[in-house]
Amino acid sequence: MIEYKNVTKTYGTNIGLEDVSISIEKGDFVFLVGPSGAGKSTFVKLMLKEIEADSGSILFDGAEITKLSNREIPKLRRSIGIVFQDFRLLPKKTVYENVAFAMEIIHISPRFIRKQAPQALSLVGISSKAGKYPHELSAGEQQRVAIARAIVNNPTVLIADEPTGNLDPDTAWEIMELLEHINTRGTTVVMVTHAKEIVNKMSKRVIAIKNGRITRDEQKGAYRPEEDEAEAIEAADGGLPVL
Amino acid sequence: MSYSIKQAFKQFFRNGAMSTASVFSITAILLILGLFFLLVVNVSNVAARIEKDFDSIQVYLLNETDEAAAQYMIDGLMAMPEVQEAFFLSREQAMADLKVRFGDKAYLLDLRQENPLPNSIMITVGLIEDADKVVEYVKTFEGIEGLTYSKETVERLIKLNRFIQYAGLTIIFFLVIISVIVVSNTIKLMVLAREREISIMKYVGATNWFIRGPFLVEGILIGLVSAGLSVGIVAFIYYKIEDVFGTDLLVMLSSGLVPHRFMIENLAAIFAALGVSIGACGSIISMRRFLDT
Repeated sequence: MIEYKNVTKTYGTNIGLEDVSISIEKGDFVFLVGPSGAGKSTFVKLMLKEIEADSGSILFDGAEITKLSNREIPKLRRSIGIVFQDFRLLPKKTVYENVAFAMEIIHISPRFIRKQAPQALSLVGISSKAGKYPHELSAGEQQRVAIARAIVNNPTVLIADEPTGNLDPDTAWEIMELLEHINTRGTTVVMVTHAKEIVNKMSKRVIAIKNGRITRDEQKGAYRPEEDEAEAIEAADGGLPVL
Repeated sequence: MSYSIKQAFKQFFRNGAMSTASVFSITAILLILGLFFLLVVNVSNVAARIEKDFDSIQVYLLNETDEAAAQYMIDGLMAMPEVQEAFFLSREQAMADLKVRFGDKAYLLDLRQENPLPNSIMITVGLIEDADKVVEYVKTFEGIEGLTYSKETVERLIKLNRFIQYAGLTIIFFLVIISVIVVSNTIKLMVLAREREISIMKYVGATNWFIRGPFLVEGILIGLVSAGLSVGIVAFIYYKIEDVFGTDLLVMLSSGLVPHRFMIENLAAIFAALGVSIGACGSIISMRRFLDT
């Protein structure tokens, strides 16, 4: 599904990723952990082709991402859903419109949107708030809308960049249950996180990155304190920057 | 496509103050441009007519040169490819012409007993540049008293005309660049206001052209509205000028203003094209940074 082979990315003299090789299978649920500046964001940005790798190969669904032309990038991104720590909903659009927007901009017919958007809202359990605006919702509800928007076009991969970073523990768990549910429907989930409890309790595959290298890759992994040193900084950092 | 147009109109009116500001700036620029256009076209027009009036050479004949000798000269001249026309102008005819030109003061000419005017040959050259060659040839003739031609005047006129055209083009060029910058700044502000939306669009996989679409249409809309406004104002000014100066200029320069219909129709076509290009260039330039990846 997703395969990094000897991928290196440097920013001047700073190392983003160094000789990273990893393979994520279809249907996997992966936690990506590591201190701030370790290379998690670089890892994700490379998958979205927001940045170019210096060397190595990245395969997505058999296609070589590093060789995609600018024209082909939108197509790649349509098969990847993204959820951010800060939700990134459009404040002037209702819940329904936020979700429908993701379909409109890739030219999906209005009829199909009317059928598909409510289904996505119902999947994340927010149908009753369809006509509300983001500021009228709680943080957890907003994240649900963001997830609905990310999955409405049936992506093969869902990237969640600290999706629980702004949520209280109970709400965070609800979101995790939702992500797990989406995962069981066949969507590959890659979650960047610092939430120790969640990683430990979910007992999913854990990939730890430090100084641009993969230091650990365990099938039923846990969070380790030594990977936790910069939690506070990264949590405040807000994850992926705006494109 | 319909999405782009819908969005563009929405944005245009939602950002009313910004749109209005750029429409006025570009209208002002196009207005200056339009007035230059009027000037350049009219000067060229006048120059072309004057050139026509002055591209003739008059050869004065001595009294002892008879009409047969003159006809011989005319035949020789007509054989030159540079000569468009050559004809004999008798002293009587010349006097008659002069009287017409004097109008109600023609009686002054009757005070002279004898017609002082000589017979002459009028030569019209095809290109004013060839006049020298014809003059050289004429000077070889026996029995001529002298000749006049206004090459220098015409050349000066041509130079002036060229200068105005080049100056006009240069000014137009810079004004167009300024317009593009104005539009691109407006669009940039609008893009900034919607940066979040654009970033989400990119993450969801909207193509660059899809994102660009509404801004492009909006830029074109700004350009077209400005073009329409400025054509209207320029047309109004031109009608006024025609009203006030039209007939006077006709007398002074033996040439009227270029007809307003021709002017305004052309100006409208040029400005529409210019408005669309200015708007499109402006928005594409301002979007570039946001669509890098």
